Amino acid sequence: MVHDLYQEIILDHSKRPRNCHSMADATRQADGYNPLCGDKLKLFVKVENDIVVDVSFVGSGCAISTASASLMTESLKGKTREEALKMLDKFHELLTTDSAVSQDLGKLVVFCGVRDYPARVKCATLAWHTLKSALSTELTEPVSTE
Amino acid sequence: MSTLSKPGTAGATAGFDVERIREDFPVLKQYIHGKPLVYLDSAATAQKPFAVIDAIRRFHEVDCANIHRGVHELSQRSTVAYEETRSKARRFLNARGKEEIVFVRGTTEGVNLVSSSWGRKNVKAGDEIVISAMEHHSNIVPWQMLCEEKGAILRVIPMNDRGELLMEEYAKLLNPRTRMVAVTHVSNALGTINPVREIVAMAHQAGALTLIDGAQATPHMKVDVQALDADFYTFSGHKVIGPTGIGILYGKKALLNAMPPYQGGGDMIKVVTFEKTTYADLPYKFEAGTPNIAGGIGFGAAIDYVNQLGIDQIAAYEHALLAYGTEALTRIPGLRLIGTAREKASVLSFVMEGIHPHDIGTLLDRQGIAVRTGHHCAQPVMDFFNVPATTRASLAFYNTFGEIDALVAGLQKVKEVFA
Repeated sequence: MVHDLYQEIILDHSKRPRNCHSMADATRQADGYNPLCGDKLKLFVKVENDIVVDVSFVGSGCAISTASASLMTESLKGKTREEALKMLDKFHELLTTDSAVSQDLGKLVVFCGVRDYPARVKCATLAWHTLKSALSTELTEPVSTE
Repeated sequence: MSTLSKPGTAGATAGFDVERIREDFPVLKQYIHGKPLVYLDSAATAQKPFAVIDAIRRFHEVDCANIHRGVHELSQRSTVAYEETRSKARRFLNARGKEEIVFVRGTTEGVNLVSSSWGRKNVKAGDEIVISAMEHHSNIVPWQMLCEEKGAILRVIPMNDRGELLMEEYAKLLNPRTRMVAVTHVSNALGTINPVREIVAMAHQAGALTLIDGAQATPHMKVDVQALDADFYTFSGHKVIGPTGIGILYGKKALLNAMPPYQGGGDMIKVVTFEKTTYADLPYKFEAGTPNIAGGIGFGAAIDYVNQLGIDQIAAYEHALLAYGTEALTRIPGLRLIGTAREKASVLSFVMEGIHPHDIGTLLDRQGIAVRTGHHCAQPVMDFFNVPATTRASLAFYNTFGEIDALVAGLQKVKEVFA
């Protein structure tokens, strides 16, 4: 029925999210909040020599946002900051553009079904918006999807 | 264990021909993702019958003109039709006079009109405004803005975990500094029917005025503003099967007379010179600019439709639906109803263990079932129940017992996906 959206891998990561813990030695962190659905996320990133060596998160959200955060943490490790930000652009394109090519996204292509659910795009991108915020500047305010 | 009975053959719902009524609502006859639409989001906005749709179309096709000015035939017709709705709204609320019925865009504007016009004139630093723990943001934020501007204090009547206001706590909040008690008649997030008559009486005893948010009450029960003795009562047309963008603010005549205008412009004046403007009489003093004429006329047709069915018959039928739905949902393991007040109307708000409301909403939608998910513009209510959001199924008189069954079956499928 809606297996185009709730694919097995998404359900798996929503029920058993990976890297779902706080990180004492994170070099950056950011808060994400989707006021529409109340999803909250705290992201921890450890950057060394411009390489993302570790990522983790804690928070509460729907299956889509939790799975997205979980899969994001898996796919970022070892990437440079620039590569990570480029992935964010590609991921966003995958979710919002019908013709988007999904090369280099690996497992993240499972989220292409979100395209057909415009109301859910923000769920899938919350973790990524939070990542951008964590990687960009020193934070004072939580990021919001609004 | 009690058996689930589907009323409809006996008792309160006898003679209420829901299938016949559904014929009047064209929206309901469609398929969503290949499944018959099950519309359970009437607390957000109710669907419209042909009578309303036709009235709006007829206005645009036949009578369209601005009101209260032209001497020509079309303007006369438009004015009469628009003003007829004011009379219908007066009878609908049992207000004393037409001058007590002010057209607004909706409940939100009704509250803002009072908080701005009455509030700015009458509230001073140290005064207190009382609201309740279950208010919609529209009956929180305008009062917060007023309090901030004036240095007044906002007090909140707490509730218990059924979602019922604690009246003894309310009594303790009242004091000589209380200027206004603004509470909802029926909670949009919980469905609780508040004891409004008692709330008003207690406020009056303390020397405070009252504003009742009737957005969720007017679609479901007879409202008599004189019996309630409410000072202000406001509601939206679109929740009572009328169009969006039109609503009513009822206010007691003496209070409205003493209030300054809300907005300035055309139609709210008697005489304008550059030196001085004399304002129009009630209710026009509060109705600046060309209003939502088509909406007002459509709203009149909506009131007629409701009257024809009979608000008491509607209430009885919906009560049976709600009881049936409550029992059916309670039987689903892992489902928790949010809002279990003893007096409730038309709202089934719930959470399911381990499944986020947004996922429930999407999965139900794929089965043709429209529910609302989120905080329902009542974030403090969500905080109180310690949930980020709920799924809300809200009922109207055009819903059927079969649609409740469809919801239950739909939720079973949701559980299977997340099993």
